Amino acid sequence: MSTVSIAAAAGKRTSARRHDASLKDDRLWRWLTFTPALGLMLLLSVLPLANLLVSSFQDISWAQGNAVRTSAGLSHYHALASDALFRAGLVNTFIFAFSAVFGQMVLGLGLAVLTSKITRGRVLYRAIFILPILIPGIVIGAIWKLMLNYDFGLINQGLALLGITPQDWLGASETALLSVIIVDIWHWTPFCFLLFLAGLESLPQDIFEATKIDGASAWQEFFHVTLPLIVPTILVTFAFRLVLAFKVFDEVYLLTSGGPGTATEVVSFTLYQRFFTEDRIGYGSAMSMAVIFIVSLLLVVALSARKRADAAP
Amino acid sequence: MTGHAAYRLRTSLVHVLLVVSAAIVIIPVAWTVAAGFRTQISLLMGELVFTPVASNFSEVLFSKTSDFLLNYRNSLIVGVTSTAICLAVATLAAWSLHRMRWPGWVVHIFLAWTLIFHMIPPIALAGAWYTMARTVGLDNTFTGLVLAHATLNLPMAIWLMGVSIRDVPRELEEAALIDGATTPALLWHVVLPIIAPGLAATAVLAFVFSWNEFAVALTLTMKQTATVPVAIAKFAQDFEIQYTQMAASAALSILPALVLLLIAQRYIVSGLTQGAIK
Repeated sequence: MSTVSIAAAAGKRTSARRHDASLKDDRLWRWLTFTPALGLMLLLSVLPLANLLVSSFQDISWAQGNAVRTSAGLSHYHALASDALFRAGLVNTFIFAFSAVFGQMVLGLGLAVLTSKITRGRVLYRAIFILPILIPGIVIGAIWKLMLNYDFGLINQGLALLGITPQDWLGASETALLSVIIVDIWHWTPFCFLLFLAGLESLPQDIFEATKIDGASAWQEFFHVTLPLIVPTILVTFAFRLVLAFKVFDEVYLLTSGGPGTATEVVSFTLYQRFFTEDRIGYGSAMSMAVIFIVSLLLVVALSARKRADAAP
Repeated sequence: MTGHAAYRLRTSLVHVLLVVSAAIVIIPVAWTVAAGFRTQISLLMGELVFTPVASNFSEVLFSKTSDFLLNYRNSLIVGVTSTAICLAVATLAAWSLHRMRWPGWVVHIFLAWTLIFHMIPPIALAGAWYTMARTVGLDNTFTGLVLAHATLNLPMAIWLMGVSIRDVPRELEEAALIDGATTPALLWHVVLPIIAPGLAATAVLAFVFSWNEFAVALTLTMKQTATVPVAIAKFAQDFEIQYTQMAASAALSILPALVLLLIAQRYIVSGLTQGAIK
């Protein structure tokens, strides 16, 4: 055997060994990089869910910082079925989420189309419109608690100038939910605007030039060219916002605390009261499980709708 | 009317509508900030012209009965730490899931789980977090809240970093491996510089969301560890609401957001749009 082939064989052997080592190294790092995220999710989402599931069959009280658990069987779930407050919370949350998101989508799309039409000042308008997204929800609540105040709020002052009698926006059961919806539209229209503007900016511009040459009116251009092209963006934004709207808590907490009566009772607020003002952890856990079940159901519906939309030509 | 005149009319109409919309966004914020400079009487009287006073701000910041500076410090600690943890964990995970040959089902199940987790109202989990934290003595500590905020932002961070990491050219990665780079060296010297803009966008959003978060902060903190939103909510619950002090605190609390909007608008926009559009 020549020295050359010996060297080649040795080389092959070391490269094979190095390959083995790098594979092992690979597997090690694959786990090391994934473990922190897996650990955090197991510790703070899977474990709490298991905790909720177990607690939902129990009554829990505290003695010297230790939880004392006694079995409650299915009683919490039976109580849940006839809980008028929970039902009101669900109904209000659905009304709130769908009407607020609908308003945000329409206004956001309008603003995005308008902004995309101008060349100068686009960045400035975008900066202004983004502002509400960055403001804490609780501060949005504070701002609008002042704005909607019966005695001195800017809204009633403005209406007085127009000769309209002042309204008790947050205190009257007919206008409370509407007010919260309008505040949420003010808060999140900018987010829809931002996504729609990005969607519009990513469209090929030559299509619009072609439409202009063909002499289409602004309305025709919008309904026959723009709208069909950004349907994907619209669907994503809708899903995104609906999920967030379903979680609404901060503004309701500050503006109305669920009242007057149950006019603005939303699911998150009902949950908060069961857990933290009434200290009914067992019952709150059962309610949490029900909410999580409904949310997962919504996700399944949304995903299957998307699958069907993808399958359609 | 000539076509040119019609075009000009249309453009001015667009500008009018945009200015009105901008006013609708700005006026409530500006009016609230202004309310922070008024006396309670001036506000209650609904005076349109008023002499600005600084008493609300000095009261909120320096009075012995107000914890606002402490709350501000708490919010900064929680925001910065939870963002750092969230970014580190999410970037490693995104790299692992998108580039390290996990079986497909591992990736799918994990990402689907982050999606479900993102949909659940935080308050539905807060009860369990509180029970768990109290059992191990982590209620009323920063650790509990920091971990909770890091986890709440984790789904968004993993998706955003996933978008950045899928853009890293595979050839670059292979070249580095052929040169004998270990995985940490590859991540630190090759990948990190490429994904830096994505990291910046994710960091800005994670910080803002932690700064703004209320429901979990409310349930996991007490007087000493309360964050800014918890402090502002307290105003609204007093029997006699100190409206002008509430306005002053609100004004102070949006300062970080304003600063970020001025210096990092690009990252905010790319972060908010990428997560949804890609």
